[in-house]
Amino acid sequence: MAKEGLGLEITELRLGLPGGDSSASKKRVFSEIDGGENGSSTERNKNAVVGWPPVCSYRKKKTSSKMYVKVSMDGAPFLRKIDLAMHKDYSDLAFALDNLFASYGIDAENCEQVPIYEDKDGDWMLVGDVPWEMFIESCKRLRIMKRSDAKGFGLQPKGSLKGFIEGVKN
Amino acid sequence: MSEIRSPPPDRVLEIVLENVLHFLTCRRDRNAASLVCRSWCRAEALTRSDLFIGNCYAVSPHRATSRFRRVRSLTVKGKPRFADFDLLPLNWGAHFSPWGSALADAYPWLEKLHLKRMSLTDDDLNLIARSFPSFKELVLVCCEGFGIAGIAAVAANCRLLRVLDLVESVVEDADEDEEVMDWISCFPDGETHLESLVFECVECPVNFEALERLVARSPYLKKLRLNHYVSIPQLYRLMHRAPQLTHLGTGSFCASDDVAVGDQELDYSSAFAACKSLVCLSGFRDILPDYLPAIYPACANLTSLNLSYADVNADQLKPVILQCHKLQTLWVLDSICDEGLQAVAATCKDLRELRVFPGNTREEAEGPVSEVGLEVISQGCRKLQSILFFCQRMTNAAVIAMSKNCPDLVVFRLCIIGRYRPDPETHEPMDDGFGAIVMNCKKLTRLAVSGLLTDQAFRYIGMYGKLLRTLSVAFAGDSDQGLKYVLEGCPNLQKLEIRDSPFGDAALHSGLHHFYNMRFLWMSTCKLTRQGCQEIARALPHLALEVIDSQEDKADDHIEILYMYRSLDRPRNDAPKCVTILQ
Repeated sequence: MAKEGLGLEITELRLGLPGGDSSASKKRVFSEIDGGENGSSTERNKNAVVGWPPVCSYRKKKTSSKMYVKVSMDGAPFLRKIDLAMHKDYSDLAFALDNLFASYGIDAENCEQVPIYEDKDGDWMLVGDVPWEMFIESCKRLRIMKRSDAKGFGLQPKGSLKGFIEGVKN
Repeated sequence: MSEIRSPPPDRVLEIVLENVLHFLTCRRDRNAASLVCRSWCRAEALTRSDLFIGNCYAVSPHRATSRFRRVRSLTVKGKPRFADFDLLPLNWGAHFSPWGSALADAYPWLEKLHLKRMSLTDDDLNLIARSFPSFKELVLVCCEGFGIAGIAAVAANCRLLRVLDLVESVVEDADEDEEVMDWISCFPDGETHLESLVFECVECPVNFEALERLVARSPYLKKLRLNHYVSIPQLYRLMHRAPQLTHLGTGSFCASDDVAVGDQELDYSSAFAACKSLVCLSGFRDILPDYLPAIYPACANLTSLNLSYADVNADQLKPVILQCHKLQTLWVLDSICDEGLQAVAATCKDLRELRVFPGNTREEAEGPVSEVGLEVISQGCRKLQSILFFCQRMTNAAVIAMSKNCPDLVVFRLCIIGRYRPDPETHEPMDDGFGAIVMNCKKLTRLAVSGLLTDQAFRYIGMYGKLLRTLSVAFAGDSDQGLKYVLEGCPNLQKLEIRDSPFGDAALHSGLHHFYNMRFLWMSTCKLTRQGCQEIARALPHLALEVIDSQEDKADDHIEILYMYRSLDRPRNDAPKCVTILQ
């Protein structure tokens, strides 16, 4: 079930000056991913009543909905996996992807990469177009591909490169 | 050669009786036999080799070991079930140590120990490991207080060990600066007697090479349940080492971090094809759904499948479940949705037990499973005996349908996560639904209720729930009358757990005639007062009433938690400060 973000970003407490992405001190590969709407995942599993519903604390810990997907990066020799449930929005994901492949010496200044994902229907889509909650529900696998290859890849019209180009300008 | 003297005449009958009683295995039959007369009581006590202690505080270890002298297998249960939901303060009790020392003295020939919701330390495990040379079987369910060191001691010293099952227990991590002990390497070299090794709940990495060698030298191993530190390629190797497995817990069912691109991924389904005797699959702790099709070769023979730790949707479940024609037990997450339940209902005609757990425990209006799923299950799985169903919405109509379609139900546990929620279609309470269950399911012994319920629901339960042994109530009822109906109407009630319901002292009082027949009563956040509990304690001297309160010096007399149980011995002296025992 897709859930829209609650648009609470404006009320969010953060360190640093308001506006802008406070965590990007250097230009990152995926800084162009739209920060999008913050999901309500901080609300997840918050229950006012102790011990209700009657699910073993053991099971509650375990079933914190892990959502593992494989991540491949063109040019990197290894596949990685990432738990989408661990991230609350696209910026968070971008940061994690940066870290994941940093060890392969990916040049952060080089924004030749485009993150795409395969959805439930088997279509390849551009990351960042749909609300975060919808994305994590439908994403089956992630691929970071060369921008030059992306054009000919037959991405769905829904996902356009326009957003990326605009993002690059920021 | 000394003369063989024949036993005195009165002993002859006892010897004959002992020989006959050896054949009695059911403990209820044995309890009945022991009540016939003193001689039968003695004979029965001498021949009981399996001892079951349902409440560790009902009887002292000394009393138990004095009466039963030749016990080879012991089961002890400790904390009440609501401890699983963090309702009991830490350090409440159920310490194994006093039992440990008594057992070491009384039963050096002890072979099996099953503990549930007990608190045991590494020292306790050390004691077990060293005191019983014939020790074969250790099963720890929902236990805590011990760590890897204790398990290692058992592995190293119990040379005849057949079963080591650690189930849903909290195994404490080693301190930061200590290395995690490699307990798998502690098993002695050479062929083992291991038949069952279950360690899903052990939260530390295992030495995989040692594990593989252990499995390779355990030809009798039938049950193997791995923790989530075992990756799918490692599982593959283990399965090929142990094709005789019948019960498998798959570990993470996920690749380890680095899978080389271009490396051909192993054909995991070949492992499942090789294990031709598999009947029970569980695990899938960090599943990458891509890998689920690997289990296809095993599906046709499966009688039990536990996917309750796997976030699997309907589309991912269907190709699996449609092959599981022999399935009798299924545990899943509600991520499979009503649509997934439909697939189950269409295929699993032999289903006896279904558990649907919530992926999301928030109280919301909508959820992935509902009355639709319950109803299709009831239509498709007519042989259903046991159901546990978490949902956000449920109708009386669906529950009534199940009561009619599944007459064999023995266990019915429905948890509507939204508290006080009425039938969303009729806006009525859920009284009629649960009423139909107790009325139509004539074999019902265990019931858990939820949703908006008035005293009327309890009137039905008291009227029809004649075989009911266990009842769980939460956020239900209007007045004392509700509890009165149950205590007056259910003669077989043994375990009653109630929370957040408006039942007070008068209601409690109505159970005086029955409390000695019960294993326990739990009431938390109800309307009981200390005064009311004191009266019960005075009336029934063999009842221990534990009043548990987190706050001291409260303004009024109301208590937070009452945990009450029969006991043959003096009140326990190991209770923490927040517990007062009235007697």
